[in-house]
Amino acid sequence: MPKVDLIEGFRNPEHIKALAKLIKKEVTRKINIMEVCGGHTHTIMKFGLPQILPKEIEFVHGPGCPVCIMPKERIDHAIELASMPNTILATLGDMIRVPGSKTSLQKLRAEGKDIRSLYTPLDVIKIAKENPEKIVVFFAIGFETTTPMTAVLLDQIIKEDIQNIYLHINHVTVPEAVDAIMGGGDAKIDAFLGPSHVSVITGYKIYEQIVEKYNTPVVVAGFEPTDVMESILRIVRQFNAGQERFVDNEYARAVSREGNVKAQELINKYMEQREHFRWRGIGDIPKSALKLRDEYAKYDAEIKFKDVLPTKELDDHKLCICGQILKGLAKPYDCKVFGKACTPTSPMGSCMVSSEGACSAYFKYGKLVAKGV
Amino acid sequence: MCLSIPSKVVEIDENNMATVDTMGVKRQVTLDLIGEPVEVGEYVLIHVGFAMNKISTEEALESLRIYEEIVDMMDTNEIDPLAGDMNYAKG
Repeated sequence: MPKVDLIEGFRNPEHIKALAKLIKKEVTRKINIMEVCGGHTHTIMKFGLPQILPKEIEFVHGPGCPVCIMPKERIDHAIELASMPNTILATLGDMIRVPGSKTSLQKLRAEGKDIRSLYTPLDVIKIAKENPEKIVVFFAIGFETTTPMTAVLLDQIIKEDIQNIYLHINHVTVPEAVDAIMGGGDAKIDAFLGPSHVSVITGYKIYEQIVEKYNTPVVVAGFEPTDVMESILRIVRQFNAGQERFVDNEYARAVSREGNVKAQELINKYMEQREHFRWRGIGDIPKSALKLRDEYAKYDAEIKFKDVLPTKELDDHKLCICGQILKGLAKPYDCKVFGKACTPTSPMGSCMVSSEGACSAYFKYGKLVAKGV
Repeated sequence: MCLSIPSKVVEIDENNMATVDTMGVKRQVTLDLIGEPVEVGEYVLIHVGFAMNKISTEEALESLRIYEEIVDMMDTNEIDPLAGDMNYAKG
């Protein structure tokens, strides 16, 4: 086994600077690049990449993260489920912090409700076994990266015949969201950085239709700063080489065209596409999320607890321009409420909700970014 | 949310659970999502308690080699437009 530093090796400042010089040397036109994934937004801002890149390269920050795009009515679902008697609500990530229409899971927990933030979805099994007299609801969130883990959880629930677990599925899918952003025709996006770990699961084949439909390059990029820089160089070279557009894979150390087939099979066994799903900041997108298949309906919290779940759609404040930001038509600094009425502790819209959202990243690393850039 | 840090497999037990080393921190993860054999010493990507995939150290070393090549070229100002054949995924 050769010695290789898989983290620091891809953060080497000499490598980052050399790639920036090469991009500057080779770039021949203005290119608006959307990084679809909030993890990339974080890397771009944390390592100050816009400051070392030539002015021709502009980032358009994408829909961010599964927490950011969750509409308020579904956060209210989690709140209603957690408020039921004799119930434990379990979830992942920042979900606990995000406010719904009236309160957040965090506040509810402080008031004494049993709400658990998990290391892994499989902990749900342990919680259910330790509390056989209680209902355990797993509020499942995540893009394709996290969906297979929910499928494995259901697989184990069935194998062990556990009766007190229900799943509230909010798994969303990347290609449909990209299609929705581009489909309006007004988005100023010339190329995409494809997500790292979504692509580990799905393979880079899922972007082929996007490239064909919109004639825009997609380069799947790893999460480290040299990965992002090399991917930008690849985009520049794709434009310089001529008219041909294709899916390119910078993250070959982890991503293949086919992806993790075992994970895909597990997802397909237990879940199917929803007709549509509302994305906070973007709106309704056809077939952009998953739900449990009918044969597993008895585990579906949305069906089992239908009577307590609100159905009214809740939009963000009309001053929020997140929808424009996601299309590359505006920057966080163009928003009247950015950093004033809208902050990470009191977000008004999806881009401020999690550290992976564009506005939140600008708020945190804003001193590094010249206004108006 | 989708972040994942490369981790080295240090032990695998009979339940397909691996002990991995993530930047010096030891954690337990399941290998149930990986469809191919995993061996001690290999690197995997970890996400919410699962190994998602193996990491190819050959591919990683190749990337690092290309970066070194670019650094050398930028230092000597010899710009070769074919520097680092980065189109290996094409097609």
